Amino acid sequence: MLIRNLCNIALASIVLILSGCEGGVLDPKGQVGIDEKNLIIIATVLMLLVVIPVIVMTLYFSWKYKDTRTHEVYAPKWAHSNKIEAVVWAVPIIIVIILGVITWESTHRLDPYKPLDGKHITIEVVSLNWKWLFIYPEQGIATVNELVFPANVPVEYKITSESTMNSFFIPQLGSQIYSMAGMETKLHLIANEPGTFKGFSANYSGAGFSGMKFNAIATPTQADFDKWVSDVKAQKSTLTKAEYYELAKASENNPVSYYGDVEEDLFHTIIMKYMAGMSGMKDMASMKKMEHKIDKNTVQPSHIQGEE
Amino acid sequence: MPFLGNLTLDAIPFHEPIIMVTMAVIVFVGLVLFALITKYKKWGILWREWITSVDHKRLGVMYILLALIMLFRGFSDAIMMRSQLALATSGAAGYLPPEHYDQIFTAHGVIMIIFMAMPFMVGLMNIVLPLQIGARDVAFPFLNNLSFWLTASGAILINLSLVFGEFAKTGWVAYPPLSELSFSPGVGVDYYIWALQISGLGTLLTAVNFLVTVFKMRAPGMTLMKMPIFTWTCTWANILIAASFPILTAVLAMLTLDRYMDFHFFTNDGGGNAMMYINLFWAWGHPEVYILVLPAFGVFSEVISTFTSKRLFGYKSMIYASGAISILGFIVWLHHFFTMGSSANVNAFFGVMTMVIAVPTGVKLFNWLFTIYRGRLRTTVPVLWTLGFMVTFTVGGMTGVLLAIPGADYVLHNSLFLIAHFHNTIIGGAVFGYLAGFAFWFPKAMGFKLNEYWGKVSFWCWIVGFFVAFMPLYVLGFLGMTRRLNHTNNPDWNIWLYIAAVGAVIIMFGIIAQVIQLYVSFRDREALDDKTGDPWNGHTLEWATSSPPQAYNFAVIPHVDDIDAWTDMKEKGQYYQSKASYSPIHMPKNTSAGVFMGATLSVFCFAMIWHIWWLAIVGLVGAIGVFIKRCYSNDVDYYVQPEEIAKTEEAYNLSGREGVKA
Amino acid sequence: MSTLSVNVEAISTHQAHEHHDTSGDTVFGFWLYLMTDCLLFASFFATYAVLFMNTAGGVSGKDIFELDFVAIETAALLVSSITFGFAMIAAHSHKKALTLVFLAITFCLGAVFIGMEIYEFQHLIAHGNGPQQSAFLSSFFALVGLHGLHVTAGLIWMTIMMIEVARRGLGKATVTRLSCLSLFWHFLDIVWICVFTVVYLMGAM
Repeated sequence: MLIRNLCNIALASIVLILSGCEGGVLDPKGQVGIDEKNLIIIATVLMLLVVIPVIVMTLYFSWKYKDTRTHEVYAPKWAHSNKIEAVVWAVPIIIVIILGVITWESTHRLDPYKPLDGKHITIEVVSLNWKWLFIYPEQGIATVNELVFPANVPVEYKITSESTMNSFFIPQLGSQIYSMAGMETKLHLIANEPGTFKGFSANYSGAGFSGMKFNAIATPTQADFDKWVSDVKAQKSTLTKAEYYELAKASENNPVSYYGDVEEDLFHTIIMKYMAGMSGMKDMASMKKMEHKIDKNTVQPSHIQGEE
Repeated sequence: MPFLGNLTLDAIPFHEPIIMVTMAVIVFVGLVLFALITKYKKWGILWREWITSVDHKRLGVMYILLALIMLFRGFSDAIMMRSQLALATSGAAGYLPPEHYDQIFTAHGVIMIIFMAMPFMVGLMNIVLPLQIGARDVAFPFLNNLSFWLTASGAILINLSLVFGEFAKTGWVAYPPLSELSFSPGVGVDYYIWALQISGLGTLLTAVNFLVTVFKMRAPGMTLMKMPIFTWTCTWANILIAASFPILTAVLAMLTLDRYMDFHFFTNDGGGNAMMYINLFWAWGHPEVYILVLPAFGVFSEVISTFTSKRLFGYKSMIYASGAISILGFIVWLHHFFTMGSSANVNAFFGVMTMVIAVPTGVKLFNWLFTIYRGRLRTTVPVLWTLGFMVTFTVGGMTGVLLAIPGADYVLHNSLFLIAHFHNTIIGGAVFGYLAGFAFWFPKAMGFKLNEYWGKVSFWCWIVGFFVAFMPLYVLGFLGMTRRLNHTNNPDWNIWLYIAAVGAVIIMFGIIAQVIQLYVSFRDREALDDKTGDPWNGHTLEWATSSPPQAYNFAVIPHVDDIDAWTDMKEKGQYYQSKASYSPIHMPKNTSAGVFMGATLSVFCFAMIWHIWWLAIVGLVGAIGVFIKRCYSNDVDYYVQPEEIAKTEEAYNLSGREGVKA
Repeated sequence: MSTLSVNVEAISTHQAHEHHDTSGDTVFGFWLYLMTDCLLFASFFATYAVLFMNTAGGVSGKDIFELDFVAIETAALLVSSITFGFAMIAAHSHKKALTLVFLAITFCLGAVFIGMEIYEFQHLIAHGNGPQQSAFLSSFFALVGLHGLHVTAGLIWMTIMMIEVARRGLGKATVTRLSCLSLFWHFLDIVWICVFTVVYLMGAM
């Protein structure tokens, strides 16, 4: 029964991988996602080299040395063998060394903070309760719950949160990164083909969390993207600070909406709101100065992690 | 300030039919129990021999009883979650709105880890560990009783949240700022904080208690490297508890100050830093999973070597591997948040460290395999659990290593793949281990064996149900489904969500089979009676005494010459020596201080949750008062006289001990 | 470890009346508890180290710490450790009155320490620098307050021990309890030295 079960599962997963499992992590449409899918497959195959023998040995030994098979060798006091010990330590160590090298290399290669090759556009992402705000600083527009960018152009996402922690994630394009209030995190992604991909928050953030979804649309050409931008620009609504605070109030399942204009530096204002507390600044003057240093001071939370 | 703080009648969710029906059932069962105990005049026995008992075996039984009750509660939550997700597909809303559903998944996590797995583990340790090292009790019997009541108080608090108010809607990790007052203004997070705090204190005391027991109270001749393997893995787990639970205490205290006194540890404003919470939480949380799984590893080792009638292969390797797991368990916490934006160097370091843990774990698996090799494997229920574990856990370990690669984690983090992974290791590792230990040591604790047939039915339901319930979650993770969703709208996911729900139902049959097993075994207890004290031809000292053992465990403390002390004694023909005379045995007296402290601290926590300050003061002062009175007392022990020992031992020998074979 | 097992064997030969040396176990267990307590403090120290820059536009350590005041506070606690040491010497040589005198002196010094700490806290809050003002002040109040809470618990315990010594004399159980309290008291002293260095000295620099 156990074996049959396992076979079914193995079969199911193989079928799944072969069918490309549409729309998920194993059906990537961008370079980052493709690299991550390959990493998953290589690591899994490497591990199966140990996992399959262990499972087979478990089942085989438990059959072969069953108490009814009295003709098998029985060695009740045999409990140590340097040779076997050496092998059972060596095999996992070798696999882990190989995996470790792959991990070290891939972690640096796939670092979400590392810009992708080519000139990128920048989009600022703010998670609100419970919707996504996308600010296009270069275009001077903003959208809610819809993300549009040209295919084959790297996109740099600057991410923060108005309230609770969320995670900005478009599975088919690759990595996710947390959004945290008073901090800016970064992510670089690219779509290698046009299409509409599902995006959402991957970190539970309260009652309206399930509705924190958006479509990430990669337009076929730059021209299509430019046209979309000018369409949005035609909208009369402006995202001022006051408008932003209105938007920031908790709401669920928000429809897509557009802002033809955005108050300058709104993204920094959102971060700075909580920044006052971070580094002992006493007045607005030093706060202004700080604004230019944000990237350096707030992006990397690693100083905390080093200290435990 | 009103007399009852924030507590009003509005706190009781009359409008929630599910909760009200649950409450009605609980009240009904409670009344039936009350009536039965009264009818059979068992209150006195219950009070004298159980509630106030300081006997580690009885406390162990009570811990496991608590764990089983909490298993039902936690599993009901699981069934509700799976059925909600199976119903709320393709845009349907399902039957559980977020404000209820979010409490359920939080409660499921907290209950299963803190109030099911931990008490189960501590219960097994309580029953077995002192027996295995040939001790008469633990080092501090009263503290042991207190630990139990603190754990039970936490469990009671969490269940009170069903009726009064709400439970946390934050997920079991309660990350701020979501768990801060500004985003979670209700009492839910307060229940979470106090329930964890009070039971965490109990767990910490248990660890200190058992560490002293192991280091100071082993039978003569038992050096550390002759200690039974289960005792060793428990000791590693206790070291982990002692080193990690203070961090939980600290981080919960900080969250408490934030919520109650407007401090700014983890708030968005005032310079708070939520990442500090996340780091501290996992600095406890990651060792915690090894605390759960190491004793289970110990159970598997005992079970495999006993039922292959063979020595454990690579005893020393096993100890070093457990030690390596314990130490490495402390330097991998960051892998719970690779996506928080740490530098590539930091992420890569923690990723590689996590993988290194796979080495000692792999060694353990191989050692179990080579214990079976050239053995005579009796396929009993504990063995089935062990084999099921070896297959299941290997898969869970593999997906764990996959998640340890930051590049893979960037797309799998927080997805259902992660959910599948940790259920794969916690169910397939820890829970299977506890259930193996439950079947293995049940005759020792209760004096009769468990029914094999229903045990096997339960095992097959569990393992089949497990794979049916959780393999689809791996697939859903790959399909991009994230955790803690209340409803979905993706036709590709539906089939997998339905299959997972079916799996949960199969597991439910496994749990039902266990209940039937208990009933059938109790009914047939005469036939299943264990007269020998050694029903499985065991290796270690717990089998050298009667089932259940006398309060003093051993009439004469055995002398140990071998790792498999009892096997060694049987081979030398020393398994039983009748004694002409016994020495008086020094024993601790039962005490009601533990249960009173548990009760007063429960009152304190409940009052804190509802801001009933006067009651909180009464509860706290009461608890401290009881503690001081107990500590001041010198009347805490007594001697069992030789005549009484001789009489007990004689009765026991007549009842069949001579039947023990070498 | 060999000493441990030898110990157990030696004890087992005296099994007639004591199944094991409980007072040794008690002190060892209490020492283990202190190690866990140490980790509790370590967590608060780590948090303080992360948050002490986050003053939210309010005061920093430089603005509020008065080293002279804290130095007196520290001296009181350090001397109380010495007097507790004398109390233990007296207790081990069964000098009941002397033990009580030294315990009373220790208690007074501890009370001075707590009194000064309460004054400091009250002074800060009165000047609008309460723990609600910033993450720095939150972590400062929590860390120092946690230590203060421990000292207060120590004082309550000491009161009870004085009553016990006065009424029951210096029996074995009582001396064991005194040993635990003495460990606790010295431990708090060591923690305070860390607090004084990390929080006050480094903060005032």
